[in-house]
Amino acid sequence: MNRALALALTAALASAAPLSQAQTSPTQVKSWAAGCASCHGTNGQAQPGMPPLAGKNAADMTDKLLAYKSGAAPSTIMTQLAKGYTDDQLKAIAGYFAVQKK
Amino acid sequence: MDRRQFIRAGSAASAVSVLGITAGCASVGGGAGGKVVVVGGGYGGATAAKYIRMWSEGKIEVTLVEPNATFISCPISNLVLGGTKTMADITTPYDNLKARHGVRIVADRVSGIDMDKRQVSLAGGGTLPYDRLILSPGVDFMWESLPGMNKPGAQEKIMHAWKAGPQTVTLRQQLEAMPDGGVFAMAIPLAPYRCPPGPYERACQVASYFQKAKPKSKVLVLDANDDVTSKGPLFKKAWADRYKGVIEYMPKHRLVDVDAVTNTLKFDFNDDVKATVLNVIPPMRAGDVVAKAGLATANNRWSEVDWITMEHAKAKGVHILGDSTLSAPQMPKSGHMANQHGKVAAAAVVAMLSGRAPDQLPIYNNTCYSFVSATDVVHVASVHRYEADKKTMVPVQGSGGVSGAASEIEGRFAMAWARNIWADSLA
Repeated sequence: MNRALALALTAALASAAPLSQAQTSPTQVKSWAAGCASCHGTNGQAQPGMPPLAGKNAADMTDKLLAYKSGAAPSTIMTQLAKGYTDDQLKAIAGYFAVQKK
Repeated sequence: MDRRQFIRAGSAASAVSVLGITAGCASVGGGAGGKVVVVGGGYGGATAAKYIRMWSEGKIEVTLVEPNATFISCPISNLVLGGTKTMADITTPYDNLKARHGVRIVADRVSGIDMDKRQVSLAGGGTLPYDRLILSPGVDFMWESLPGMNKPGAQEKIMHAWKAGPQTVTLRQQLEAMPDGGVFAMAIPLAPYRCPPGPYERACQVASYFQKAKPKSKVLVLDANDDVTSKGPLFKKAWADRYKGVIEYMPKHRLVDVDAVTNTLKFDFNDDVKATVLNVIPPMRAGDVVAKAGLATANNRWSEVDWITMEHAKAKGVHILGDSTLSAPQMPKSGHMANQHGKVAAAAVVAMLSGRAPDQLPIYNNTCYSFVSATDVVHVASVHRYEADKKTMVPVQGSGGVSGAASEIEGRFAMAWARNIWADSLA
């Protein structure tokens, strides 16, 4: 079985799994990330005036989001929004944007 | 279909979705296709239409029914009243939904919904069949609560300007035509209404215009609520620091009638108020198309939805978005929130039409910027997460908040927000 098919099967099984087995499906992560697109552009491809997220390094983005969450990084709004997500959710969202086309 | 049946259907279809995935890119949106009709091309409907096309990789046919030729944004429209933005600045065409995403656009109104046959009738004739229907019509007004506004000519003379468009233009013209020394009086309905901070931003914008153009003029804010409903301390600071003697705020003024001939506002307990230009923001309910279909099931005003799918609690196959929904606790009726609803509905519709169970943990964020002057802005932000026990969206504890103070940098962010959300919803 090639890697793509294995991943696809995992995704298909996860999405058909009952609620109790709370795995995060790729569509769930995509849906969370789409919440960020209201300000940062569809798939993270931002219009002028907001930082684009598409194609940025996942680890850097995760660090930045966690720094907003802790208050270590100064911001007007991101510290308030980052606190609404778990660390794992922020990491998953960063991972989604990292693989989007710039 | 109950959840167990749904999951079984999902398992049966998983072989199909696997093929869809390996044939396509990394997305798992592949599936069987189907027909979706979206009614209303605002922040909710336009976003849902675009994202269903995107996430189904073009497999689901989407028809958007929207009578207006272009999208005119309510957010930023108070700046047109203040005179620092034009209607062109807040207008976006629907062209890209068609050209880039293949959304079929029908410039018409829906005259009826047959939920058994799963089709909508169009006012201009003809029907559109659907597998899933998305209604995102925004709000309509409860004019019956203000008898004088139903007299001939009253609604042509006294603007609400609470749907950006011709009313915005007329209200601006009324402000321009008003003599210096005139009084502008705005009546705010009891919450919930569309855009909680909107009226208070409007007061700032009109006052800012008066300071420049009509320094002897006044703004009276007559609020049915007990206090400012959003960003209260920030607005009150702006009124005290920037608009002292210009804006007068009067809470607990519930409007019960309007005399459009004499320009008089009548309240349940307070004295009448007569002004040069009136702005009556009436009580609101779900849009007409929702109400007429019998789907305004909460207090005859709003639609209760399943927050996992945005499907109406009592009408299978019909999803309701945006201002028409019975808001979850502390969830504002805002364009930003409608855009978020649109995406959760899009993900659920793509999943359901592909035989997959919808994802179970929606998270919404909301950011809302208000201009307290031509340049300076304050925000409120929140994050809402699905709570399975309560079957509703709840604000995530410790998240969200407001600006420390009004600032120009947030003014730049506000315009960047507008550019981005317009593109995200429509381009």
